[in-house]
Amino acid sequence: MSAVVNPSAADSGHAHADHHQHKESFISKYIFSHDHKMISKQFLITAIVMAWIAMIMSMIFRLQIAFPGESFAFTHFFLGDKWAPNGVLSSSMYLALVTIHGTLMVFFVLTGGLSGTFSNLLIPFQIGARDMASGFINMLSFWFFLAASIMMLSSLFVESGPAAGGWTVYPPLSALPESIPGSGTGMTLWLFSMILFIAGSLMGSLNYIVTVLNLRTKGMRMTRLPLTVWALLLTAIVGVLAFPVLVSAVLLLIMDRLMGTSFYLSEIHIAGEALDNMGGSPILYQHLFWFLGHPEVYIVILPAFGISSEVISTMSRKPIFGYRAMIGSLMAISFLSFLVWGHHMFVTGMNPFLGSVFVFTTLLIAIPSAVKVFNYIATLWRGNIIFSPAMLFSIGMVSTFIAGGLTGIIVANSALDIQVHDTYFVVAHFHMVMGVSAIFAMMAGVYHWFPRMYGRMMNTKLGYIHFWVTLVSAYGVFIPMHYVGLAGGPRRYYDYTEFPMFQGHFVDLNVMITLFAILGGVVQIVFTYNFFHSIWRGQKAPQNPWHSNTLEWTAPVEHLHGNWPGPLPTVYRWPYDYSKPGKLEDYVPQTVPLEEGEEDH
Amino acid sequence: MTTLLILVVLVLGFMVVLRLSRVAELTSELRGLREEEIPERDNRISGRMMWAFGAIYLLWFLWLPLEYGDVFLPPPASTQGEMIDGMFTFNWWILGIVFFGTNIALFYFAGRYYHRAGRKAFWYPHNNKLELLWTVIPSVVLVAVIIYGLNVWNKITAAPVPGTMEVEVYSKQFDWTFRYPGKDGKLGAIDFRLITGENPLGIVTHKTIAARLAGLHEEVDNAKADLDARKEVLPKSKIKEKEEEIAHLNRLIERIMGLRTLMEQDIAANGENSTYLHGADDKVTKEFHLPVNTDVELVIRSQDVIHSAYLPHMRAQMNAVPGMATRMHLNTTITTDSMRTITDNPDFDYILMCNKVCGISHYNMQAPLIVESPGAFKVWNIMLPIFEKPGSSEPDTKNEAAATTSDTVKTEIAGEAEAAAGTNNQSN
Repeated sequence: MSAVVNPSAADSGHAHADHHQHKESFISKYIFSHDHKMISKQFLITAIVMAWIAMIMSMIFRLQIAFPGESFAFTHFFLGDKWAPNGVLSSSMYLALVTIHGTLMVFFVLTGGLSGTFSNLLIPFQIGARDMASGFINMLSFWFFLAASIMMLSSLFVESGPAAGGWTVYPPLSALPESIPGSGTGMTLWLFSMILFIAGSLMGSLNYIVTVLNLRTKGMRMTRLPLTVWALLLTAIVGVLAFPVLVSAVLLLIMDRLMGTSFYLSEIHIAGEALDNMGGSPILYQHLFWFLGHPEVYIVILPAFGISSEVISTMSRKPIFGYRAMIGSLMAISFLSFLVWGHHMFVTGMNPFLGSVFVFTTLLIAIPSAVKVFNYIATLWRGNIIFSPAMLFSIGMVSTFIAGGLTGIIVANSALDIQVHDTYFVVAHFHMVMGVSAIFAMMAGVYHWFPRMYGRMMNTKLGYIHFWVTLVSAYGVFIPMHYVGLAGGPRRYYDYTEFPMFQGHFVDLNVMITLFAILGGVVQIVFTYNFFHSIWRGQKAPQNPWHSNTLEWTAPVEHLHGNWPGPLPTVYRWPYDYSKPGKLEDYVPQTVPLEEGEEDH
Repeated sequence: MTTLLILVVLVLGFMVVLRLSRVAELTSELRGLREEEIPERDNRISGRMMWAFGAIYLLWFLWLPLEYGDVFLPPPASTQGEMIDGMFTFNWWILGIVFFGTNIALFYFAGRYYHRAGRKAFWYPHNNKLELLWTVIPSVVLVAVIIYGLNVWNKITAAPVPGTMEVEVYSKQFDWTFRYPGKDGKLGAIDFRLITGENPLGIVTHKTIAARLAGLHEEVDNAKADLDARKEVLPKSKIKEKEEEIAHLNRLIERIMGLRTLMEQDIAANGENSTYLHGADDKVTKEFHLPVNTDVELVIRSQDVIHSAYLPHMRAQMNAVPGMATRMHLNTTITTDSMRTITDNPDFDYILMCNKVCGISHYNMQAPLIVESPGAFKVWNIMLPIFEKPGSSEPDTKNEAAATTSDTVKTEIAGEAEAAAGTNNQSN
């Protein structure tokens, strides 16, 4: 590789910039980069690739659910003769696809992709720091993430197939290779991939926390932080506290699989043989898993809240309603997220009294969530709304969060959960509330901060097409899916044709869902085209395209090592002085000193 | 094939859109338009789209149950199902009000306040009264939801009254087996090490232990003989494997002998009440019948991985976890026949299905449940074969005694069957 001189360094004549810039080789700039801006792009593009893989998987298994036993060239093209003989998806690959789709989406797209991308991009920029506290650990965090991604994808190519026990990989199914083909080498790769992923995630999270606490610029008090940074900080804290528990769960499972221990196994007779394992409990795994697993959904949705708060306020040209209430509700959600894991286990035979405690704590989360929704709506009220694609996606996010959040009240109530547990009702619920909502916020973030990332604009019209078709197909998929669940349709079923009760309109609903899913998948081509086309060919971005108050828009469009050419900006006010009475413009950047007699919010 | 065509059309459609957008992009560039400067016309269109979408979305939401409501389950067929469905109705009303209220506000405001030049947004950063209002109101509503929910939950999960009939629902990859108590009204002890073709649940009795030990000894002897014979030709790894297998079998034997000691101690201590004496007269079957309007306690077990016993028509579900027994009690209220009339479907059957992914045939791990009058149930139940035919083999005095009692049991059963048949006829 030839050494490339950074053009921005060559252009900028500032003495200070020269001080920070140094010649970078291709490798140090694009591959082993310590720069938070580059690392955020690395996270984002990895996540886009993973999202495409996971989405194609979902299209393949949706085809099978809607048209069981029918042959599809599409399926055969991706899976070949072994997993799709004659173009018909095999039952074991069906389960594997469902499992890997969930794993990729939850961990690699919505955790790595969402908080990895935006923590890296926004934390240093919005608090006024030159970079992360440790650029090296930040780089390692991405490389662990990438290694985990590659290991997870490599499990698609092993002979016995990838992990297939559902993304929660409950033992004994995941512990015993004789119980399902996917619990062979594929499962081992899954488990080691998760350990790498968590190691990377911890490095990232610790870095984010230290950076936010220590590297805020002058005047950037905690009560002047944009809500994005608050959300990303709390996400990192939740991650640091929850992820290690998953490592322990995974490690014990690895020992059960490879070293003959019995943490999760007891009294099992399988494949004609009584196993030696005694005294373990599969329920222990579920407790450990969900101790991470539930906070995990908040790790996904908190950054989404942060992004949509920021975008809705900026594009409504109106301060976010109830800034402190928004921070308070973020904190309440983060805290409560650790007390609710048992609501995944109401029908495991757990003591009913313990179940009641989890009903109570879980339903408490509805209160801060409701506050957030009302505050978003109050922010829109009498605003001056500019419908950028980012704003459309943020409004979409609020709407899908309402639809998904409300059904949360159903599934959190243990008596109702008896009926809908593990049916498509639950699948619809969590896709709506953490899948679609988080993806919408992620899209909003990409459209909004694309000029900050690449110095160019994305095409707005294509953004509109992308948004409306995605919104229609998201609802087209997940609203009918509630009906499939209420009809008693269990999830992770390869085929419903053996059940007379799942005929007629039940099939029609599944066909409708699949058609909308394909539509929603295909329209992502528009986004992907827009994204990559704009990286090279988009309009050159101005410094502050959205007339925003936050610090990232005070840095020059060209990426500098150290972000600001001169001294770091000083902050004098909160980030939401939009349309403040008595001001000429409808925005006042955080770097503008308070006028005499002007009140900080 | 049609789907493939649809796919092709979609892809082509999007390619056209991409080209058109490129044209639009070029013209806007020529006119000097900037991506970030969204003209008022576009904002107005987006605002109107918000209204249109909001309206269509909510109308579609109302239309769906009218069109597809027939996929919902028929009325609940158990007492707990009635409670749960009542609770659903209560919750749907609350959620529906919030859903429509918030969505209408969201889409209305979004469309109403689109950007117009010269307008300034209303400066409204916070209002503590409003915040308090929309913290307190959801809290109050949630208190109602929680109290109602826990009340139902406590009723459903309350401990059964003593003497409730137990029925075992036993799962393995990929089918269900059921066990009904015999004359003593109690299910006997089971142990997974005793599972064989003849004893699919591993019921513990003197005979099953003896038979299993004999079988295992034979296996060990065969394995040893095989190993001795082929020691010279087998590779080292194979020899090790064989030795490990023998060690495993020996451990199994040792533990079954431990189980036998345990059983004998328990019988000595508790006499007739020992759970180890209750297994012989149990009835193992592949059919699942329950008497209507009778409280039964389902004891749910698994042989291999986690399964879940899901009875959607009863609104009942409980996981089957290897290594432990979970319990759920159920009081069915509608017989299969009545439900056939209600649903106007002569082929209707209640279904027990597995609802926890358990392997490649998870999707077809089902068993029909027949709910019938107590009389018909009794007739069916009495005809089931008893697990251990009494009075056979082993000239043990103990067994002889058992055999005589069993004979009297037999006559009693026959009498009962007649009586049951009689009641059944009456009820018909």
